[in-house]
Amino acid sequence: MQTGLEDQLGLYQKRIPIFTRSVKGRFRRFKTSVLVLAYAMYFLLPWIPWARLDAPAQALLFDLPGRQFLIFGLTVYPQNIIWLAFLLIIAAILLFFVTGLVGRAFCGYFCFQTVWTDFFIWIEKSIQGERPTRVRLFRQPWDREKIIKVGSTHALWLLVSFWTGLSFVAYFTYAPQLVLDFFSGRAADAAYITTGLLTLTTYVAAGLMREQVCTYICPYGRFQSVMYEPQTLAVHYDAKRGENVHGRAAVRAGRGIVTERRHDRAEGGISAERRLINLTTGARALAERHEKGLGDCIDCGLCVQVCPAGIDIREGLQYRCISCGLCIDACNTIMDSFGFPRGLIRYDSESNLAAATRTPPRLHWLGLKTLGYGAALILMSGLLAYSISSQDSFDRAVSQIRQPLYVVLSNNDIRNRYQVRITNKAAQEQTYFISATDIPADALDLGGFSEISIKPGHSGLVQVSVHLPPALASKTERFNLVITPKGKPAEARSESVHFDSPNRRP
Amino acid sequence: MSEQKLQSQTVQTTGHAWDGDLQEYNNPLPAWWVYTFYVTVVFAIVYWTIYPSWPIGKGWIGGASNITYVNSAGETKTHSWNTRALLVKDLNEAAAAQKPYFDKVSSMSYEQIAKDPEMNGFIISAGKSLFADNCAACHQSGGQGVVGFFPNLTDDDWLYGGSFDKIHETLLGGRRGYMPTFSEVLSGEQIDQLANYVASLSGIGHDATKASAGNVLFHTDTAACFYCHAVDAKGRKDIGAPNLTDNIWLWANVPAAQGDAGKVAAIRGVISGGLNKGVMPAWAGRLSTEQIKVLTVYVHELGGGQ
Repeated sequence: MQTGLEDQLGLYQKRIPIFTRSVKGRFRRFKTSVLVLAYAMYFLLPWIPWARLDAPAQALLFDLPGRQFLIFGLTVYPQNIIWLAFLLIIAAILLFFVTGLVGRAFCGYFCFQTVWTDFFIWIEKSIQGERPTRVRLFRQPWDREKIIKVGSTHALWLLVSFWTGLSFVAYFTYAPQLVLDFFSGRAADAAYITTGLLTLTTYVAAGLMREQVCTYICPYGRFQSVMYEPQTLAVHYDAKRGENVHGRAAVRAGRGIVTERRHDRAEGGISAERRLINLTTGARALAERHEKGLGDCIDCGLCVQVCPAGIDIREGLQYRCISCGLCIDACNTIMDSFGFPRGLIRYDSESNLAAATRTPPRLHWLGLKTLGYGAALILMSGLLAYSISSQDSFDRAVSQIRQPLYVVLSNNDIRNRYQVRITNKAAQEQTYFISATDIPADALDLGGFSEISIKPGHSGLVQVSVHLPPALASKTERFNLVITPKGKPAEARSESVHFDSPNRRP
Repeated sequence: MSEQKLQSQTVQTTGHAWDGDLQEYNNPLPAWWVYTFYVTVVFAIVYWTIYPSWPIGKGWIGGASNITYVNSAGETKTHSWNTRALLVKDLNEAAAAQKPYFDKVSSMSYEQIAKDPEMNGFIISAGKSLFADNCAACHQSGGQGVVGFFPNLTDDDWLYGGSFDKIHETLLGGRRGYMPTFSEVLSGEQIDQLANYVASLSGIGHDATKASAGNVLFHTDTAACFYCHAVDAKGRKDIGAPNLTDNIWLWANVPAAQGDAGKVAAIRGVISGGLNKGVMPAWAGRLSTEQIKVLTVYVHELGGGQ
């Protein structure tokens, strides 16, 4: 035991604000297109109309009070809860599968925390300016300019957060009506509470906490680390190339290269011939650096400035890295401008980086784990697709009335009674017949319901009573009740039910 | 050990010193505990203002929160928040939700109700809870009754008739089953003969000589059973006299008796002792007209309705 151990490191660490520099490149383009697509889907899906007979005309509606999910042409009832299980299993396997191949791709490109934070940073940049301006604004006292700029940033964040919350609620009720009700104060309490809660959490998570959510709160980021293989592609800094023997060194003017670049700028655009010259200049400068034992990294720090997690990728693979690829874009931009080859920071595997002879980075499909997850993914997706496409047009539940189990009639016949509940899952009203096999035709008594007509999404209850003479009753242990939709004999389903009699107690 | 001592020396003191070096340790509560305590204080104050809290004289502070509901008479009532008012509110809301169904029940005929799928569903669920609250104490939860005490409502035999109207009449006015005590007018042997005859009617093993003597007693003024049970012994539904020729037994527990002698003895017990316990209470006035109508259909649909 050592005294004062607890004084060394507090559990709470104050957030160091991160001002990311914007960057252009392949990964930025990809992230932007994912953002646009995700926002278009999330904000517009509840507004797509879809004509229905007796439900609101909304393409995607999770109707909780009606106990049905309306997903375009598909109606999902609570009985289909297994599909949710399938979907969650598929999502989990997909995460494992992708993480094993290309690392935390979900975190970097698709996670809503990343997408919303990305958009919030874009708002911040649009109002407050590029990184140096934002840093200056952060340091300056609360004057008029700062209040207006920071205030309007937060106001816009709150507006986006609010619309995010309201859009979420719109999935659960008819959207146009919700918006009307919401602003006239007539919407349900749950709508206000949910919208308020989501506005707050979106604003806090994407506006204020940002990378802290990934670092301290999110469990997925942490457990994805254990799915990495040495062959997994991840965002890596090529330390061998970047550091060489004597480490990084800034490029100083007068070595030919910077002046050359300025010269190019002055010409206005780089012609093909010029670029060739530039490249050869770059190659010459590189050879000069290598001779001195210097690495290719010019220590410009741009990879750190663009990182939304605020880390230095050159320190190696780390848990805070959400693998968004922005540092790759940043580094490539710099390498291009100096005429150095691209890919000092790139998607590569640990095994390849450690190997004596490098090979071009590639996906390692042929691992046992990858193939196994792939097979599981195909299997589960197939199961889900099969389960959805082969579902019955109606649900039925036959329950025997157990009080009393049987009734002895005046002529010694034995009677058993059953409740048959039929739920119509088809899109239109349907009439059903109930019949029985394995017992005489006159043994079945349906009361007033030789046929029952049920509206879509509704249930109907029929009391069935079956009476058999004692001799037959003691021999009959089970028989089948057959439910047939009118005009669709192929969809008939039979249920095996039990028959109780005094001579053969269960 | 020495490290522990070292630690204990670093414990805070209150800062006062008496007699030069006498000091008092100060072990303040953890900050999180203190702040949680302050939060509970604030919570309590907020709670007092919203919900009923302090008793004052015979009353109490009602609090800012109210419960408003519309009662069955259509009046709007407002109370300060309390669980009883909450229950009354829930009851009134439930009654209001059921009202359209009960209105439909009163406007439809029995046959219409029994044939309408939606109303049938309502009868099954509403009737079940009404039956459980009011009828199941005697007739059991499934309506199967108890032999020797309460009639079975699920079989096809009815004392007073199993049509909708008869069941409704029974529910409204109640019933009283009665049979005289024959041990006062007949000898033991005569009762034995009658019991054998009744056993013979439903095919139970019996003494043929006694049965034929019983047949005579049954159909003459000596015992005069035919007054109530009719000449063919199939009973009279207008006075609730049971059919003696079928296999349904209410008073004599024949199905459970062991052997033919036991079954005859069970019948003999009823003839000799008579009956004065078949009482069904009248439900008119206790239940509403619609509730009785729901129960009528429910009992009819228990399986025995005719």
